This record gives sequence, structure tokens and C-alpha cells, in this order.
Amino acid sequence: MDVLQLLISGIANGCIYGLLALGFVLIYKASEAVNFAQGDMLMLGAFLGITFINTGYADLPFLMGLVCAALVLGAFGYLLERFVLRGIFGQPQFAMVILTIALGFLIRFFAGTVWGHNPMSLETPFTGQVLRFGGLLIPMVDAVIIGATVLLTTVLYFFFARTRLGVAMQASSQNQMAAYYMGIPVKRVNAIVWALAGVVAAIAGVLFAAKGAVEPSVGLLFGIKAFAAAVIGGLGSLPGALVGGLLVGIVEPFAGRYLPSGFGQVAPYVLMLAVLILRPGGLFAQVSQKKV
Amino acid sequence: MRVQFKSSYDDDINLFQDNRHRIQYGILILLAIAAPFVLPEYFVGELTQIAIWSLAGLGLMLLVGHTGQVSLGHAAFMAIGAFANIALMARGWPFIPALIASAVITGVAGAVLARPLLRMTGIYLAIATLALSVIIEDIAIIAEPVTGGVSGVLAPIIELFGYEIDRYGTPTAFYYLCLGVLLLVTLMYANLLRSPSGRAFLAVRDSEVSARALGVNVANTKTLAFTLSCAITGLAGALYAHMVQVVNYESFLILISITLLLQVVIGGLGAMHGAFLGAIVVVLLPQVIATLRDLVNAHTPIALGNYPGMDMAAFALIILVMVIYEPRGLYGVWLKVRTWFQLFPLYRKGMFRRSRTYLKTERMR
Repeated sequence: MDVLQLLISGIANGCIYGLLALGFVLIYKASEAVNFAQGDMLMLGAFLGITFINTGYADLPFLMGLVCAALVLGAFGYLLERFVLRGIFGQPQFAMVILTIALGFLIRFFAGTVWGHNPMSLETPFTGQVLRFGGLLIPMVDAVIIGATVLLTTVLYFFFARTRLGVAMQASSQNQMAAYYMGIPVKRVNAIVWALAGVVAAIAGVLFAAKGAVEPSVGLLFGIKAFAAAVIGGLGSLPGALVGGLLVGIVEPFAGRYLPSGFGQVAPYVLMLAVLILRPGGLFAQVSQKKV
Repeated sequence: MRVQFKSSYDDDINLFQDNRHRIQYGILILLAIAAPFVLPEYFVGELTQIAIWSLAGLGLMLLVGHTGQVSLGHAAFMAIGAFANIALMARGWPFIPALIASAVITGVAGAVLARPLLRMTGIYLAIATLALSVIIEDIAIIAEPVTGGVSGVLAPIIELFGYEIDRYGTPTAFYYLCLGVLLLVTLMYANLLRSPSGRAFLAVRDSEVSARALGVNVANTKTLAFTLSCAITGLAGALYAHMVQVVNYESFLILISITLLLQVVIGGLGAMHGAFLGAIVVVLLPQVIATLRDLVNAHTPIALGNYPGMDMAAFALIILVMVIYEPRGLYGVWLKVRTWFQLFPLYRKGMFRRSRTYLKTERMR
């Protein structure tokens, strides 16, 4: 029973890692670059959610607030691509890494200036509620997070596999030049991907804020764990991101429980390094062989 | 406009192009040596910091700028160098053997990690090294006999040829120590770059496939680059430990790894000068911002002191502008300015235009 309880809280945590990892994968799928500011976008989404939903601020109903936060952060992502990242179009991916690291710093400074550095948390209609299955207690928050994650991953999976826009995104990441020739507006597609990443970050952020406290520096460390998740799954695979997130989420509480203190925090990274060394492309590797 | 007349094959790889070049660097070194006599004591401390960060930057430059392998975890190697140095000195080793040993230990640690790490490329490598940087924080707490656990360790006073060197007691002597190490490493680095191994590094950076086709053993070359890079960074870490005096798990946070990478980018990747220019920016920027803040506070009603973290944000903004408009960093700016003067009035706008690369991947799903 104890193990099951740990497992469920691990899964709920893992879902948030997974959602954040989904954001990485989205950007990676479209532009083969990693957005090092994704964790900070999650933090921004969490603060937007608090601003829209909490009493004393905008005081909107939960779902309305979630939609508003998603729209604002989606627009933010679109504008970011349009006015900042388009400046490095055609440069090697390394430039993107540096640029998004710098963006992360700026977002953190902005959030610290606007919302201050004290931890805040979100008021939700399901805070404190608990579901009971026999002797098993599942906090309502965890159930909502798990449900939302599964839903979002499914929607995104079918979006990439079945819709015109999704296929265009994949095409423009596989070969930009060829995608141009086929009439895909590669730059606009990139901007839309960033908007989508913003929406995902907002949803992950609001769910994160429902579970715990948020402060401006939360994005960095949380983001690094989500990298670990995305890399374990194999950057570029949506189901992989979710599996990676779950693995990281589950390993963490168990390592904290059964390993000597100090080793618990290290466990996700050790897992990641192990996966990378054994399967350099991640669990769901997408490169079968390298062409010259 | 100066034209260099080459009369032997060595002219291409000589350390200095001609006497003028030699004199320029000679003057620079003389200035660095004369600085403590001219500048107030406070600036000697700043110069020491610049020397140490330049050293760390050189270490990372070798890996990122010259071998093309991105590392986001070099603070981890600074930590290994720092803890190794202090632990050895605490066990009675004299300073110089301990310094050399800390470079060797860091290099060995790098070599051990290099093989598995360097199977990865690009983004994966960056993230794996980032994880390394996170792990080292926890290791610094767990490995208590060496690192002193949570409270950390205190750097002992350096004794060198009968003199006692201490960052606060004798800042000038400590400055000369750092400068000396920096000059030695710079000389070794410059010589390395003109050796076959150095040229192999550049070949691997520019194209692994063509490097392999030319007979370069890519895996060995990368491992060598990683080892040397770690050793230099370890040296910097050891000196850094003596500068901050107390070292614990918080001394080498992940933020330092990131700053170090941003430092080499801001200075200019692929040029040794970049490490120095970047270090100057990283060390002096907080001072400049503090001065500006005092000015603004004194003359306008805006209280900028209410916005913490402004130097980091300003740093990030500079990076942002730099990456978009001048990807070759400060050294790139300097190259352009120099060329403008050398060719005056023949400089044309498109002279430094880079070819664009378009994304193409082997991912098939």
C-alpha cells in the first residue's frame, strides 16, 4: 500500500515533468533545437494562472483562467519566435541554445520584478479533495494532472500524425530547404510551434502551481529535470517524453525513500546518464542510422 | 595596409606573425605586470578575478570553441580541481605539486568521463554535461572526507619560495601567481593549436566526417580535447578556491557552468582572445551596472535597488543582442573594426557574411 501511494505521487509528479518535456519535444520536432527557457515559460505560465485565477487578482473560474493563461503564453511564444528567434534563422543550433538560455534569465528577471520572490500557490476548486479507492488515497490534484497529461499527449500525438499542420511541422524540421520547395511556410510554421509550446507550458505551469508553490527560480531546476525526462525518452518523440517524465517522477520518490540521503536527488540524472550511455538516442530513438 | 611576406612554411604556424605582433603582446604583458603599481588595490582584486575566469574560459574554449563540443557542466571540473587542491594541501603537500596534481586529477576525471559522454553530440552532450553539473553539487555534500560536507573547506595559505601568499594579505603576490599560471597555460594553448593535435581539434569541429576521412581518430581527438579542457578548468578551479578562500557545494552551482559558457560565447567562439574578452565582461559588468545604478538612483526618482538580479538580466540581454547580430562575439567585433582600419577605405559590408545552414535531420519519424 505504501509503495502504491509513493507510485501515485510519483506518477503525478512525473506527469508534470512529462508535460514540460512535451514542450521540449515540440520545439525539438520543429526546429531540432532545445528550448532552454521552457522551464521558465512554465514558471511564467504558473504565475499567469495565479494572476487570472486567485482571489485578490482577476478571480476568474479555474478553466477560464487556464484558457486565458494558455492564450497569453501562446501569444508570447508566437511573438518571441517572430521578433527574437527569427533573427538567428539559418544559424547553427548552438546559437539557439545560447539564445534560449539568455531568454530564460530575462524571463526570470521579469517574473521576479512583477510577482516578487516569495513563493505563491494557486487556489483551485479541487484543492484538498481526496479520492478513495479502498485504502488508497489519491489527491484530486494528482488525478486531474494525470488526466490532463494523458489527454494533452493524445491530442498532440494525433496533431502531429494526422493534421496537415502537424505533418508540415515535421517536414520543416526534417529538411528545411525541401520543405520550402514544397510550399510550406517554414518560418510561420516555426512561429506556430512556439505558440503551441507556450500553450503547453501554460497548462503545465497551472497544474504545477495547483500542486505546489511557485517562485521565479523554480523554472531552472525543474527545467533541468524535465530535460532529463525528454532525453530519457529520446528528444523528438512525444510518447517518449511522457514515458521519460514518468520514469523520472517515479524514480525520484523511491530513490529518496530507499537510498541513503543525498543520493535521492541525483537518481534522475544518473538514470539519464545511464540511458544516454547505453542508448545515445534515448529510449525511443528516432535515428536508425547516420548517413554521411 | 600591411602585407605579410611569407618566406617559409613556418610563417603560417609561427606564434607571432612578425616583430610588430611580438611587440604588441610584449607591451600587453608589461602592462599586466605593471598594473598593481599603478592601480588601486581594489582593481588588483578585479584583475585577479579576470585572470582566473580567463583561465577557466580558456579551458572551455578549447572544448567548445576549438573542438566544437558544447559543455554546460564545466563548473563541475572547477569543483574537482578546487577540492583536489585544497585536500592535497591540507594533507601537507606544498602548493605547486598540489596545483599540478589538481590539474592532473581533473584531467583524469575528464578522461574517464569523456568516453561515455562523447558518444553523444550536440544537444545531448550539452544536457548530459548539465546533469554532471547538478550531480557534482550532491557529490560535494556526500564526499565529506574530501569536501568537508555541507560546511565546506577552508583554503590554506599558499607558501611559495619562503613567501606567504594570501588573497587578502598580499593581493599583489596572488595576482602575479594567477597571471603567471595564466601566461603559462596561454603559451601551452597557443602551441597546442599549431601542433598536429590542435589542427585535429579544428578538423573535428568543422566536420567529423571529413576529419575521419583525413585520418584523424575522432574519438581519441575528442577525448584528448576533453581531458586537456578539464585539466585547464581544474587549474582555474584551484586558483578560484584560493581566491574565495571557503569552498563548499554552493561554490560551483550550475549557474557558474552556464555563465562560463555564456562568457566564451560573448568573447567569441573559436578564438583564444575570446576567453579573455569574455572574462573581462563577466567580471566588470556587475561593477559597471552598480555604478550606473548609483547614478540613476542619485539623479532620478527611480529606485533601481528594488529590482534584484539586474546584472544577470543585463548580461542576458547582451548575450541576446550578441547572438543575433554578432555571433562571433566581441572578438568578431574587434576583427571587423581592425579590418575596417587596415583596409580603409576599401572595407565592404558583406566581407564577414556567413553562409547560412539549413536544418536537415536523420530523424525519420
